[in-house]
Amino acid sequence: MDTQENPQQDPQPSDARPVLEAPDIARVLTRIAHEIVERAKGADDVVLLGIPTRGVFLARRLADKLAEITDRKIPVGSLDITMYRDDLRMHPPRALARTEIPGDGIDGRLVVLVDDVLFSGRTIRAALDALNDIGRPRAVQLAVLVDRGHRELPIRADYVGKNLPTSLRETVKVQLAEEDGRDTVLLGAKPAARGAQQ
Amino acid sequence: MQRHLISAADLTRDDAVLILDTAEEMARVADRPIKKLPTLRGRTIVNLFFEDSTRTRISFEAAEKRLSADVINFSAKGSSVSKGESLKDTAQTLEAMGVDAVVIRHGASGAPYRLANSGWIDAAVINAGDGTHQHPTQALLDAFTMRRRLVGRDAGLGQDLSGKRITLVGDVLHSRVARSNVDLLHTLGAEVTLVAPPTLLPVGIESWPCEVSYDLDSTLPKSDAVMMLRVQRERMHAAFFPTEREYSRRYGLDGDRMARMPEHAIVMHPGPMVRGMEITAEVADSDRCTVVEQVANGVSIRMAVLYLLLGGNEPAVTHTRTTEEK
Amino acid sequence: MSKILIRGAKVLGGEPQDVLIDGETIAEVGTGLSAEGAEVVEAGGKVLLPGLVDLHTHLREPGREDSETVLTGTRAAASGGFTAVFAMANTFPVADTAGVVEQVYRLGKEHGYCDVQPIGAVTVGLEGQKLAELGAMHESAAGVTVFSDDGKCVHDAVIMRRALEYVKAFGGVVAQHAQEPRLTEGAQMNEGVVSAELGLGGWPAVAEESIIARDVLLAEHVGSRVHICHLSTAGSVEIVRWAKSRGIDVTAEVTPHHLLLTDELVRSYNPVYKVNPPLRTERDVLALREALADGTIDIVATDHAPHPHEDKDCEWAAAAMGMVGLETALSVVQETMVETGLLDWAGVADRMSITPARIGQAAGHGRPVSAGEPANLTLVDTAYRGAVDSAGFASRSRNTPYEGRELPGRVTHTWLRGKATLVDGKLT
Repeated sequence: MDTQENPQQDPQPSDARPVLEAPDIARVLTRIAHEIVERAKGADDVVLLGIPTRGVFLARRLADKLAEITDRKIPVGSLDITMYRDDLRMHPPRALARTEIPGDGIDGRLVVLVDDVLFSGRTIRAALDALNDIGRPRAVQLAVLVDRGHRELPIRADYVGKNLPTSLRETVKVQLAEEDGRDTVLLGAKPAARGAQQ
Repeated sequence: MQRHLISAADLTRDDAVLILDTAEEMARVADRPIKKLPTLRGRTIVNLFFEDSTRTRISFEAAEKRLSADVINFSAKGSSVSKGESLKDTAQTLEAMGVDAVVIRHGASGAPYRLANSGWIDAAVINAGDGTHQHPTQALLDAFTMRRRLVGRDAGLGQDLSGKRITLVGDVLHSRVARSNVDLLHTLGAEVTLVAPPTLLPVGIESWPCEVSYDLDSTLPKSDAVMMLRVQRERMHAAFFPTEREYSRRYGLDGDRMARMPEHAIVMHPGPMVRGMEITAEVADSDRCTVVEQVANGVSIRMAVLYLLLGGNEPAVTHTRTTEEK
Repeated sequence: MSKILIRGAKVLGGEPQDVLIDGETIAEVGTGLSAEGAEVVEAGGKVLLPGLVDLHTHLREPGREDSETVLTGTRAAASGGFTAVFAMANTFPVADTAGVVEQVYRLGKEHGYCDVQPIGAVTVGLEGQKLAELGAMHESAAGVTVFSDDGKCVHDAVIMRRALEYVKAFGGVVAQHAQEPRLTEGAQMNEGVVSAELGLGGWPAVAEESIIARDVLLAEHVGSRVHICHLSTAGSVEIVRWAKSRGIDVTAEVTPHHLLLTDELVRSYNPVYKVNPPLRTERDVLALREALADGTIDIVATDHAPHPHEDKDCEWAAAAMGMVGLETALSVVQETMVETGLLDWAGVADRMSITPARIGQAAGHGRPVSAGEPANLTLVDTAYRGAVDSAGFASRSRNTPYEGRELPGRVTHTWLRGKATLVDGKLT
């Protein structure tokens, strides 16, 4: 999910330090693509669904890499989970992002959900519910760029770009060229006085 | 956004664009095998209809059900209301049942405003048409239809209706649809022209943000959309116009007149149409007429409004988007 | 009888003087009067006026005792500084016979807070069809001199002509509620910019002005006099001004609310602002103030119209028309006319006591504050300023448009023929 557009947070905390740079991100995506091919035995029936905003860009990049490896076009789409969130009542409603399911649908296929950061697991729980209303995949797997820990639900990722042990006082920010002009993952400290965020 | 939706005039440009964009996403739900979202699970919405309006009521009901709200339909006919119970007592009865929102249709102008501001209830109030005052969700679905047709389904996202020339024709005086549309279309940057016989325009219209004309033929070639308002035949008896025939001849839309509109221009109607009066069957059934689309769009718009008003702990905030951290 | 010495009161806003009341009359006016044997009221620079006279009050009894009675209405009147009120005829049953007007008259006498002069209906049942027994009402114990179908217009030109002619026989006057009925079918508020936006049925100014124009011409033609109730538009002012310049015997009243409030308030859809004739525009308000100042409009009359809570706590269209006004009238006049420099206190005494008493022929009211005159007096603390709180009203109804609004002036004492009806702001 978005980490950029929080108006209460300095977009570029001075003490934020990069933990992944552009070449690292490219490398881990390549690795994840290979892992998918390996675990899905050729990725014939894989559908990649990115969770907006940055999960969608990551899914597209993964699709390109899979296409290079397998020489086949891999269906890629987006899955907005806003209306399935369990914290809707805790905030004003958010603008919706696009849900775009590839033409052949997801029934009987291996859906790989793609997100930038895995944290509490609640986003993925919402995504599983959303999938349920769209079709019945053969199986669902999860790929994330960063797993920062602190799970609140029994959810785990199948493909992890980087495991990043963090404290709850820290923030993890993923920036991608498509949205932010550059590729990087930043680890920063949460401003203490404004600690109302989860 | 404000907590209630009473008047189209209360919406800022950003509010309105957010509703239209949200409705675009809601529309896609209709294409899915399960046309339902869990968003308003556990919320109770009452459709409080003091006036018969099957189409508006079922449109709201469909929207509410697609968002998983619990729906109570309350029709004034045959209820305690027709036995003299006041709006206030009805409202407080509903409040006692713990409703989260009231969708109200009422014959008296201002009844929803009164309900929202009198301290009778805490629930959010959504105006589904009051007297000759406002019908904001109708204006929103009309604007949505225009944006789709004149700007584009995807190209329209985030866009308003700047520079679009919209003409509304007919009984403006008695029309809540006209009032809501003038307000909203102006907010969205469109240029609005009202065309009607002078008897069917209100005194005081000079303060409205639109042009006024008595001549339909000169306005048609300069219109990107022409919305025909319903004209009730009974108006004739109060001398608003001499005969049905004369009205149709001067202000009705027929095939010849439609041919004078620009090729891309669309014909709209809020329904129910009085065929032969303000619109001929030929026009009503043509591809350029969006009446059926407007009905479908009504559900998407109402889902968007319900989500943005009730989906969170307070109405959606425009200008700033808040998101969680990870 | 007891003596009362009012010490240091500004009579009609002039230099402080003492006023000695002996029994029912004013015994002496001067400075340094002896207080011997008298109860002393220290006026401390408050303004002393002749008791106010309201030519247009709805007391609702008989028939709508849930909104007001003669008792509660006259207590409200005393609270507002009035010593005489004219009770409108639109009761249930209508005051169109000697029996009903005598009943209302008697109730006023019994309660003793304020003289009640009933107004008789012009037509039977206010239906505008058939003249009521105007002569019988005049000759009754109530001695009716003012006739009105108020609430409804005597719209038939022939009936109006006959009424104007007929009352000449005993010096009566017809008070017209000027409202062309066809032009105001379904009318909910002033017709104009605000009604166009709010989608409420329009009550056009021309519906009032056309009737006034017709009636002043009828009065001229038959050589009678006519009184125009609650004049509300700039155009009406022009017509009355023209009629007076022509020598037509016309008098006119304006309500306090039309001197202060405009139709912009209707944007709240709060029926407390629903009244007939409706609140008009700023331009009308200014024209009415000007006309009251220059005498084109002769008097202020409250059109005190009490309604029970449930008739106002509802949607606009379902709500009753009217506002209570007796207890706020003088404050609104001070705010709109005195503080703006348009009238002095002598002018207020003229518009709210002397002239209404003359139009209605209320004997003993609207008299000078001088020795030998009936002691009908009102003492006003003009320096006071405070928010209106209807919880303290003596009226049975609370439908005031001024709730919470800060207004100047407060009536502290009212005397009706030497008997205090209000002391230190409290009813006796």
